[in-house]
Amino acid sequence: MTREGDIAIRARGLTKRFGTLVAVDNVDLEVPARQVYGFLGPNGSGKSTTIRMLCGLLTPTEGDIDVLGLRIPEQAEQLRRRIGYMTQKFSLFEDLTVRENFEFVAAIQGVPKSRTQARIDELVERFHFTDRQKQLAGTMSGGQRQRLALACAVIHEPELLFLDEPTSAVDPESRREFWEKLFELADAGTTLLVSTHLMDEAERCHHLAIINRGVMVANGTPDELTGGLAGRTLAITAGEPRAAQRALADVPGVLGVAQVGNVLRVLLASAEGGAGHPDAARQRIEEALAKAGLQARIEPVAPDLEDVFVAATRRPAEDRPPAERAA
Amino acid sequence: MSLRRLWAIFLKELRQLRRDRITAAMIIGIPVIQLTLFGYAINTNVRGLDAGISDQSNTAASRALVMDLLATGVVAPKAVVRTPGELMDQIRQGRISVGIAIPPDFERRRAEGRESVQVLVDGSDTAVQNAVTQLLQMPLDTGPDRRVPRASTPPSGAIAVVSFYNPERRSAVNIVPGLIGVILTMTMVLFTAIAIVRERERGNMELLIATPLTSAELMIGKVLPYIGIGLVQTSLVLLLGVFLFAVPVRGSLFDVYLAAGLLIVANLALGLLISTRAQSQFQAMQMSFFVFLPSILLSGFMFPFAGMPRPIQVVAEALPLTHFLRLIRGVMLRGGSLWEMWHEVAALLAFTAVMMTLAIARFRKRLD
Repeated sequence: MTREGDIAIRARGLTKRFGTLVAVDNVDLEVPARQVYGFLGPNGSGKSTTIRMLCGLLTPTEGDIDVLGLRIPEQAEQLRRRIGYMTQKFSLFEDLTVRENFEFVAAIQGVPKSRTQARIDELVERFHFTDRQKQLAGTMSGGQRQRLALACAVIHEPELLFLDEPTSAVDPESRREFWEKLFELADAGTTLLVSTHLMDEAERCHHLAIINRGVMVANGTPDELTGGLAGRTLAITAGEPRAAQRALADVPGVLGVAQVGNVLRVLLASAEGGAGHPDAARQRIEEALAKAGLQARIEPVAPDLEDVFVAATRRPAEDRPPAERAA
Repeated sequence: MSLRRLWAIFLKELRQLRRDRITAAMIIGIPVIQLTLFGYAINTNVRGLDAGISDQSNTAASRALVMDLLATGVVAPKAVVRTPGELMDQIRQGRISVGIAIPPDFERRRAEGRESVQVLVDGSDTAVQNAVTQLLQMPLDTGPDRRVPRASTPPSGAIAVVSFYNPERRSAVNIVPGLIGVILTMTMVLFTAIAIVRERERGNMELLIATPLTSAELMIGKVLPYIGIGLVQTSLVLLLGVFLFAVPVRGSLFDVYLAAGLLIVANLALGLLISTRAQSQFQAMQMSFFVFLPSILLSGFMFPFAGMPRPIQVVAEALPLTHFLRLIRGVMLRGGSLWEMWHEVAALLAFTAVMMTLAIARFRKRLD
């Protein structure tokens, strides 16, 4: 069993190529034990591929992986007894009942026979399936399926749990409940690696790695990551937000403009990244808005993870091809 | 190999099968439909052809000849007329298919070894023509005319063909044992091929390969329920065959089931191998058909093995159905034992071993 302060997963120079496509490009990774570690990135950024390499389902093209002290993929068979893996797509059997799915996974994962029924009863209770034991898994809602998948993934009390976009198809209420279960598991000593493309989900993680196009572009705790953007985020309240957004797209030093309701969130590039002093950038924004004949109020605002993501993945305006700027 | 994991896979498969109505219906439906089709409709030996008789000789010998012809069951008397001309009229009108004309000088012609009997056949149906040809064991020339005006009967002392084991020449006797093999080939290969591919399509496979489950446990656990299903199908065909078509089971019933069991595992192993290649259920079906067609055509089920060219025979020897047909016909119709045909048993076992090894070796607990 891992202890506090241990490193559960260590990867060096992890690379996976599918033909000419580089799905994961030279990723270095250290996942501390007993924490919830998040992989944040858009769809197709290489999150699933990375997770599959870490649990030995895909062979890396290059790089070294050490998971729970085992060399992967060579010792993947030994690792399989110690990990749980919740796939992105629901992978339990839709034509089996809840209880039958539990029984199947318990047998496959080698839960001792004498303990199986008690363990299933415990999970049924904890994950609220008491009334649904005889229901076919295929007839349950998205949230219920995710709960079942999680319960089955932890039936053998794994030390390490991989969750690939666990709640992307689930309503916010179920998602909150789901995350409570994840923290319960982390408190009990499980290391969790969760991939997501949802910012509110990423915020909950103890530690976060941001992945874009196979490259890890940032990592740290959510506070460290947002703290690094202090002073670079502005909220602009304008009468015509769409027009204001167009007016700001080409202002030097502006990394991104996103409309949130009637407010525009503007992210400035770092001082070294071409924005100069934040006040100078703000000056340019005011000028651009005035030139477009737009009335606007500009206020500083606290950065969030979306800003972190944009800051880590966007180059300053002048480096970008025009097509990308309006995005 | 963990028996518990094997049992878990087996139980899961059974539970899924129980809820899969279409597959369950196919398990019963395919044998019943095939047996009915092959047993009743596809009858290569025509029986009870309507015949007209014109016996102008009307002697003891001619009457005996007519009785002999009727006794074969191939022809059944429909009309007795006076002249061959009337026979031709009746054929043209479609009232009879065969006319037997015995001339007034029948006995003298026979004594002299000349053509003594004329059989008129409605040549518009080749099956009828073949039936009569068989009846007389003599080739018949077919002219462009729909009638066959020239024919002969075997002179006394000519070669008489005696058919053992199926003297009544009923197709069902020959077809039903083979049909067990055809049905097992069709369903067993397909079911297993699909069973694993479906798991991959539905995403279950990613869950399974991330667990300590081994390839062998998965493969064997998945095919075990189908052995039972195959034996149920065998029983169904046997029962219907015996009750509907009075097919004999001359050898031991145990040998029949043992032979069926050998074919079942051979086909299941082949299905598994297909499943390791196929990307979708549709592909699995196509590949199963790729095996199924040659099995039906080359195994000796439809056409006699002996008549095939040498290279085709080599291909046929590689098909499990070929060996099974020899076994099952040997046991059911000739009353032989498996032991007497041990090399066919060995061929089936070898096929199974090779396919199973390839399937397990090809199956990777990896996604790449």
